[in-house]
Amino acid sequence: MTPEIALLLAQDGITTGAIYVLVALGLVLIFLVTRVIFVPFGDVVGYAALTLAALQLKQTPGTVWLVLTLAALATAMEVWTLARRGEMRLIPKALLTYAVLPVIPAALVWFAAGYDLPMAVGIVLTLLIVLPISPLLYRIAFQPLADASVLVLLIVAVAVHFAMSGMALIFFGPEGFRTQPITNAFFNIGPMGVSGQSILIVVSSALFSFLLFVVFERTLTGKALRATAVNRVGARLVGIKPATTGAIAFLLASALAGISGILIGPVATLYYDSGFLIGLKAFVGAIIGGLVSYPATAVGAILVGLLESYAAFWDSAFKEVLVFGALIPILIWQSLTARGGVEEEIEEEEGDA
Amino acid sequence: MRWRSMIVPLCAVVFIALAPAVFSTFTITLMNYIGIYAIAALGLILLTGVGGLTSFGQAAFIGIGAYTSAWYTAVYGGSPWIGLILALALTGVVATALGATTLRLGGHFLPLSTIAWGIAIYFVFGNLDALNRYSGLSGIPPISVGPWSLAGTTSIYALIWIVLGLSMLLCRNLLDSRQGRAIRSLRGGTAMVESLAIDSFRMRLAVFVLAGLLAGLSGWLYAHMQRFVNPTPFDVRTGIELLFMALVGGTGRIAGAVIGAAIVVLLKNFLQDVLPSITRYNAQMEIVLFGVLFIILLQKARGGVVAMFRRFMPRPAPPLPVEAPPLPQTAKPQLSGAPVLRIDDAVKRFGALAAVNEVSFEVRPGEVLGLIGPNGAGKTTLLNLITGTAKPTAGRIVFLGHDVTGLEPRHIAAKGMARTFQHVKLRPNMPLIDNVVLGAYPRTHTGFLAGALRLDRAEERSARYEALQQLRRVGLGDKFGELAGNLPLGQQRLLEVARALAADPVVLVLDEPAAGLRALEKKTLSDLIRGLREGGMTIVLVEHDMDFVMNLVDRIVVMDFGAKLAEGLPAQIRADARVQEAYLGGVA
Repeated sequence: MTPEIALLLAQDGITTGAIYVLVALGLVLIFLVTRVIFVPFGDVVGYAALTLAALQLKQTPGTVWLVLTLAALATAMEVWTLARRGEMRLIPKALLTYAVLPVIPAALVWFAAGYDLPMAVGIVLTLLIVLPISPLLYRIAFQPLADASVLVLLIVAVAVHFAMSGMALIFFGPEGFRTQPITNAFFNIGPMGVSGQSILIVVSSALFSFLLFVVFERTLTGKALRATAVNRVGARLVGIKPATTGAIAFLLASALAGISGILIGPVATLYYDSGFLIGLKAFVGAIIGGLVSYPATAVGAILVGLLESYAAFWDSAFKEVLVFGALIPILIWQSLTARGGVEEEIEEEEGDA
Repeated sequence: MRWRSMIVPLCAVVFIALAPAVFSTFTITLMNYIGIYAIAALGLILLTGVGGLTSFGQAAFIGIGAYTSAWYTAVYGGSPWIGLILALALTGVVATALGATTLRLGGHFLPLSTIAWGIAIYFVFGNLDALNRYSGLSGIPPISVGPWSLAGTTSIYALIWIVLGLSMLLCRNLLDSRQGRAIRSLRGGTAMVESLAIDSFRMRLAVFVLAGLLAGLSGWLYAHMQRFVNPTPFDVRTGIELLFMALVGGTGRIAGAVIGAAIVVLLKNFLQDVLPSITRYNAQMEIVLFGVLFIILLQKARGGVVAMFRRFMPRPAPPLPVEAPPLPQTAKPQLSGAPVLRIDDAVKRFGALAAVNEVSFEVRPGEVLGLIGPNGAGKTTLLNLITGTAKPTAGRIVFLGHDVTGLEPRHIAAKGMARTFQHVKLRPNMPLIDNVVLGAYPRTHTGFLAGALRLDRAEERSARYEALQQLRRVGLGDKFGELAGNLPLGQQRLLEVARALAADPVVLVLDEPAAGLRALEKKTLSDLIRGLREGGMTIVLVEHDMDFVMNLVDRIVVMDFGAKLAEGLPAQIRADARVQEAYLGGVA
């Protein structure tokens, strides 16, 4: 391996890693606030990229039907729950949240599809329609199980992934897509050529990570999210609803997924199931951060990007084996450094048997 | 009484035996798949339902079993029977290696690692040239038994279901034996398991390898039934389908494996029939519907189908243990006045807080020592140091002349120390008698194989009779068949005492045994403790109820703010001004 190749691989690794950073931050955010290991998060990233690709091909993306179906299910569940509790006066607000708000972007995308859209309009529409997906999934699949163990939530998350990836195949077909590049700029820095798209990815990743930090440190909502993450019961006692903070966490994460999908669309050919692998690799990064620390997660995600890039050079067929195989020593290291927590998990399961 | 519980299994056996004569070849093919998946799901039921360890990666073990035998027979031209041995050997080795490295992971990290290695193994299958990459291996010979070749659908059907039947029988026997009970106790948490002298990591590894072997066995049958293997059936999707089978069938029930596998295979077949007439995306719709059904199952009926029906059927009560020769007693060392237990300057710090600060005292043979002190004095921490649940920061613990400082709780338990917990730790879904037999674990010796082959019956009878006697001793003898979780808290404490007694300990450590007990129960308990003292047992007890302590114990150690405040006879302690100040906040 010559230094030029090593440098090229590093550049490639950091670019991919920057996308993993955004995805991994979303995963950690969701896990900390709701204890859900959101396996289908990568699928949401895939939906974002494929939605933009469909819009650029002047087709109606299947995401419209996905959002409408999810909205209908969530509305039905929410209204049913409220009606059973006799809280009729809350129903109009539920209808607004679960029926009206998600339908607006779906309708916009449906009307806009087929026209020759400027790049920026396509991106905004994609972001808007991806936004409701994760919160709706939360309402349908996870919120009814809010008190279940992390393990049950994980199994549900895997089931949601299967449903999501099956639907992705129906909506987008088995072909791969690549979206148009956002910028065609190209820079020569010394011996190395850097594409504008790579710079855009790294800069956006840094920017949105910083924005997330600002939300957590400077806003009341961010503080409520952190409070829920630290202690659910305590947060409840000071008037924070875990269901609401959960929905906000999923909403923020959905935005991160949308941005990641839009950024990765032009640099990789994506298939209906590519998102899952992106999500899992980001997850390896999140685990390096121990699923608790945002900065450590970002470092971990960059490491995964680099590992993948060098592994692909060494033997492209085995790069997945290497990336996922690397998880095992990382997990062992994690469990050695952080003891405790095991006990409660097992006892929690008791009620199931 | 026994024969009634045999009706359902007997009908099932007759049905399975007659099926080839009644049903079409297509139905038999479906039943072959049910049988093969049921073998792997059985392993997952032991692992997840009984042992509480979730794995998404079982399909990878099926793959290892299938590919090993396929490669050996198709590429190398060997016999499928040698292939079976190789398949089991390799799955066993891989499972042991993976288990040894990942089973120490707590909580959700273990299932996550199973996704990781499940995917990694799948990609290995698809990228090895020796295994013909994603195209797979064909030309696998059928299994033959003597002159008969099991190439036909019906002939392999017989083999599959015989293998499944035997596996189920052996697993049932195992769960009903000493090691099986230890596996069933795993979900009670490490602290409880280790206090019973059970090596929880070894148990986890054993059940993990067993599940891996069952998956490997099912892979072997799969390869020689299909006569072709490629990586697709062994990906994580099959792994989650297996988990679905185990959960649908009802975790923790052996029969759940067949029921779960049947439901999933028949449902998939039904969807494949019906969906093409509704949509052209049938394969994808199948996955979507599967995911949706799984979510509904987890939200609405986490106990599975078997549990739903069990609710309407009376639970068969365990038979009354009959009189049997006693278990061998724990060797009681003759100490001739030397202390049974000595605590030398024990210190336990949590950060800057010294929960136990340079405490020293001795416990003499045959005495009842009370450990008292206000809330937060460090009594329970000290008990944890004595039993090995926590490691002292400094100082020594000497038990029966051995330095046990820093030993694991199971090693200390095996030397003759039994304990109860401040927060009761029982297996609520096991009958009282089984909970108590669990206590006799260090006095019994049956291994896994002996238990599965039912070579343990004499020892098992003795252990059950011993457990019944201990239950009678604490006054719960006539409730031996009830579920531990149905007892009121006070009686659960007594049950813990009975479990500790079943270990025939030299020292019995009781952490607030009288909390939550009614007056009559307290009297039973103090009578019991007096009786034990007369029998020569040494007892250390932490208690808040002063009447209970003062009238019962021989000596008292008082703790306050982590340090030893006083030590002496009950009357001396009662008169001690410092003790009064600690309890009452200064004598006015």
